[in-house]
Amino acid sequence: MTTVERPAEERGWVGQALRRKEDPPLITGMGRFVEDVVLPRTLWMAVIRSPEAHARIVSIDASAARERPGVAAVFTGEDLADLGAPLPMIWAPPGVEMRTPEHWPLARGAVKHVGDPVAVVIGEDRYAVVDAAEDVIVEYEPLPAVVDPEAALEEGSPLVWEEFGTNVTHEWGLGSEDIEQALAEAEVVVERRIVNHRTAGVAIEPRGALADWREGELTLWSSTQIPHVTKFVLSGMLGIPEDRLRVIAPDVGGGFGSKLNVYAEEAIVAWCARRLNRPVKWIESRTENLSATTHGRDQIDYVRMGGTRDGRITALHTKIVLDCGGYQQLLTPFMGVFSACVMSGCYAIPKVRTDVIGVFTNKVATDAVRGAGRPEATHLIEVTVDQFAREIGMDPLELRRKNFIPKENFPAEVATGLVYDSGDYHGTLDKCLEHVGLEQFRGEQEELRKKGVYRGVGFSTYMEMCGLAPSRIVGPKGVGLQAGFWESATVRVHPSGSVTVLTGTSPHGQGHETSFSQIAADLLGVSYDDVEVIHGDTNAGPHGMDTYGSRALAVGGEAVARAATKVADKAKRIAAHLLEAAPGDIEIRDGRYQVRGSPEAGMPLSDICAAAYVPEDIPVDIEPGLEETSFFDPENFVWPFGAHACVVEVDVETGEVDVVRWVAVDDCGPAINPTLIEGQVHGGVVHAIGQALYEQIVYDSDGQLTTGTLVDYALPTAAEVPDIETDRTETPSPVNQLGVKGVGEAGTIAATPAIVNAVIDALSPLGVTFINMPLTPMRVLEAIDEARGRGTGPRATEQAREVGEHGEGAAGSGPAQPDEGGAP
Amino acid sequence: MIPPEFEYVAPESLDDAIRALSDGGADAKLLAGGHSLLPLMKVRLAAPSLLVDLRRVPGLSGIEPHNGGFRIGAMTHHADVQFTPALGLASRAASLIADQQVRNRGTIGGSLAHADPAADMPAVLLALEGEVTVRGPSGDRSIAAADLFRDFLTTSIEPDEVLTEVLMPSSEGWGVGYQKFVRRAEDWATVGVCALVRANEGVCEDVRVGLTHMAGVPLRATAVEAALRGQPLDSQHIAQAAENAAEGTDPPGDVNATPEYKRRLARVLCRRALEEAAGTG
Repeated sequence: MTTVERPAEERGWVGQALRRKEDPPLITGMGRFVEDVVLPRTLWMAVIRSPEAHARIVSIDASAARERPGVAAVFTGEDLADLGAPLPMIWAPPGVEMRTPEHWPLARGAVKHVGDPVAVVIGEDRYAVVDAAEDVIVEYEPLPAVVDPEAALEEGSPLVWEEFGTNVTHEWGLGSEDIEQALAEAEVVVERRIVNHRTAGVAIEPRGALADWREGELTLWSSTQIPHVTKFVLSGMLGIPEDRLRVIAPDVGGGFGSKLNVYAEEAIVAWCARRLNRPVKWIESRTENLSATTHGRDQIDYVRMGGTRDGRITALHTKIVLDCGGYQQLLTPFMGVFSACVMSGCYAIPKVRTDVIGVFTNKVATDAVRGAGRPEATHLIEVTVDQFAREIGMDPLELRRKNFIPKENFPAEVATGLVYDSGDYHGTLDKCLEHVGLEQFRGEQEELRKKGVYRGVGFSTYMEMCGLAPSRIVGPKGVGLQAGFWESATVRVHPSGSVTVLTGTSPHGQGHETSFSQIAADLLGVSYDDVEVIHGDTNAGPHGMDTYGSRALAVGGEAVARAATKVADKAKRIAAHLLEAAPGDIEIRDGRYQVRGSPEAGMPLSDICAAAYVPEDIPVDIEPGLEETSFFDPENFVWPFGAHACVVEVDVETGEVDVVRWVAVDDCGPAINPTLIEGQVHGGVVHAIGQALYEQIVYDSDGQLTTGTLVDYALPTAAEVPDIETDRTETPSPVNQLGVKGVGEAGTIAATPAIVNAVIDALSPLGVTFINMPLTPMRVLEAIDEARGRGTGPRATEQAREVGEHGEGAAGSGPAQPDEGGAP
Repeated sequence: MIPPEFEYVAPESLDDAIRALSDGGADAKLLAGGHSLLPLMKVRLAAPSLLVDLRRVPGLSGIEPHNGGFRIGAMTHHADVQFTPALGLASRAASLIADQQVRNRGTIGGSLAHADPAADMPAVLLALEGEVTVRGPSGDRSIAAADLFRDFLTTSIEPDEVLTEVLMPSSEGWGVGYQKFVRRAEDWATVGVCALVRANEGVCEDVRVGLTHMAGVPLRATAVEAALRGQPLDSQHIAQAAENAAEGTDPPGDVNATPEYKRRLARVLCRRALEEAAGTG
């Protein structure tokens, strides 16, 4: 429930908790996903993937497959030799050596991970190609594989890419140069090795692509977050001019970052369609989705937090070992940048530095998964703040409050050099505590412990950075992404008065159609129901930069607002002419353009556009029609924030963790639609509960994927998650006229440390002081054993090593002890 | 789902089903609810040449009283077992199988014949000392639960035999307990323990304990039973007896649970199941 109220006179469509426009077709089976797009003469594609983690391809014999009925062609990497470019990675940080191997859609000579595409079979139906794929005989010469990123950094490790002579992809840092001195001067330094394990995005709809080549033009339907970027990239790879290439993202059943990429299969279906002159379709299986779609997270974070005994945090250094996997996908090495950018958290820490070392391993490439680097940073900060509080014997909330950037200091430049736009961190924490009832909980906790029931409460006070734009900060001369990151919108008023909004964003579950309709309706003085939002088609509307990084509303929504404002301004001028008033005297009220002070003199937008499209009586200096476009590139990111709390109960005999309560107070600026915000927070928190307790991608030491199905990769279900209590505060951003910030990733960014902190709180009577995710029952039980000092035999999970080295006594006075948690 | 190619028949009599199975050779498989077989076919770990679907064979489903217990047709859905409270322990266990959608389609006969060591029903039948009836080309025969489960996914049912009914003794007069540890509600059991306790004035007159997923087959925890039989049913004796729960087991490990962790779980769950059954929990 939300307690933010707006004054009555400000209430329009914006702010209303409207139901999503998108839902009726989706919940009645009328959505149109890639698989629903059926073209005559379509061929199906099956992908032959490497069963080896690392191997040389000795030979590929497709003769038997080609003989099978219904098979049209088999293609290998050699057949695709005419591609103009490999798959892209778009980060080129100035002054940094970046090792980016050529990543061809079909492997050329060697494979780098299980699931690496080696060949494709194209045929008349989906069953025929999958059967025929089993007849393609690929001979591999296995090469030594490396799976553990820290092992990959050791001398003598097998090399994923021999030609580089190292497994290091890049080294990059951000923040205070004099961090070591600051840590040396700190009264207390707490060190931890915090593992943020590999997860998968697992959209309900797996990837899929359909390519149609006709008369020199290519149309690609793809289940993607980024049709516009894909169009640009494929143009270069395939040598098709952008004006002859159309990419359509129809209904997309979730992305969570895993569809923020240009994938091999998209290029291959396009290449095959052109080669065979027939449409070619590929729909990913769930097993492919877990083995060949990019994964996320997979950082090992060596954290050192320094400060004073009375609770002033003065220095934070993090060394991130970033497991990139076998290739560099679109943004693979950039995940560490996202982490570094939010490394100050909500705190005024004088010295903050992050050093990232990227590592190749024989696993699928990592890339964005909801939050993309920011959950990792938030996790390590918020866990370490609790650890620091424990070390100095201070209440963790008091420590937070003591170090929060105060409300009056915004916009606030932090040690990383970035400027937080607005915030009220005490405000969200206050509100969160109102809901939690901490004192009462502590009483209950004490009573329950006497009965052997272990409950704990954990907090996370987070901020994040989203609204991915400002080109001047993230572009080629800034951080070094090789693109601009503005957003576009066209607002078209039709002759009859209904409105089409064309956006350059490309939703995949967020609700852009609903929220953008609300924005446009208010600014144009029309009904929300009279606005349609078109997206995800590069032939409709201006060029765009798509949807990711919680950017759609703060950048794309603002572009819609600006285009709608231009249309409204023009409409006011026409109305003023028709009403014989000054343009400045026209106001939009109750769906009418009327003369201020004379409400009887007015007209609806439909009358104005009749005049605009039959321009017999409009001022001579006004062009006919009623349509405007806006491109918006903000000056800064937007910086949402909030406070989450959860209560967990731990079964100390089995290690099982049950989340019994969740309180989320988020601030993403003024709400356009509170229901959409709640939905995003719910989804984000569940995503984080998944990572903290259930989900983990596991490769064995040979590089075989152990978690290749949803039986093994444990996504939580409704039965595993609590009711989520939500509330908000509203602190406007000065970065856009709507004052809005993003919220799509906030829950995922906020939530995991609250769970870890709660479990530690629950188990503190047993002496558990630290634990790493995922908090599987077995791992929790090991931590309890370890704390009780009766652990026997070798530990079953990697966890034990971290607890043993860093669980207790890893904090000390003065300079960091080099052998305790220092990076290797 | 894109399985390898297979033939499919749906015979309308049991004799035709048995004939189709015999004629189909080694790679012919029966299809009941399909909730174990089809996922295996989907990932191409199973590739039967012929599926003999039992859905049209009459008389294979339903629950009726029989000899003081129950006769349950092999094609009876888990949901029907779940919603027949008179079945006691079996009803309780059925209610915890996967999720309701699976329970609406999965069958008791299919589950027993598939003999997945992580499935719920095998250990329940074992603890209740029930039996199944199978029919092959040479007629019916009974197989006691103790003789049914041979190895991982392997039973003593011959390839050309069809499991037709399950004879489930009543658990009336027993206190029952069922404890299942799962990562997610819908998952297979990491470990499951079912317990039956017959008490007489606070003393354990008889006890049976079945273990799920503590070996390649369901097991009886005979050491626990021996330790508790004749003892007072108090927390202390129950806890002592439960300490023997992992004796003689050989639990398969996986990414989430090592054999040692599973042994530990078995001891904890065994104690809880016994307490539940004894009414002391």
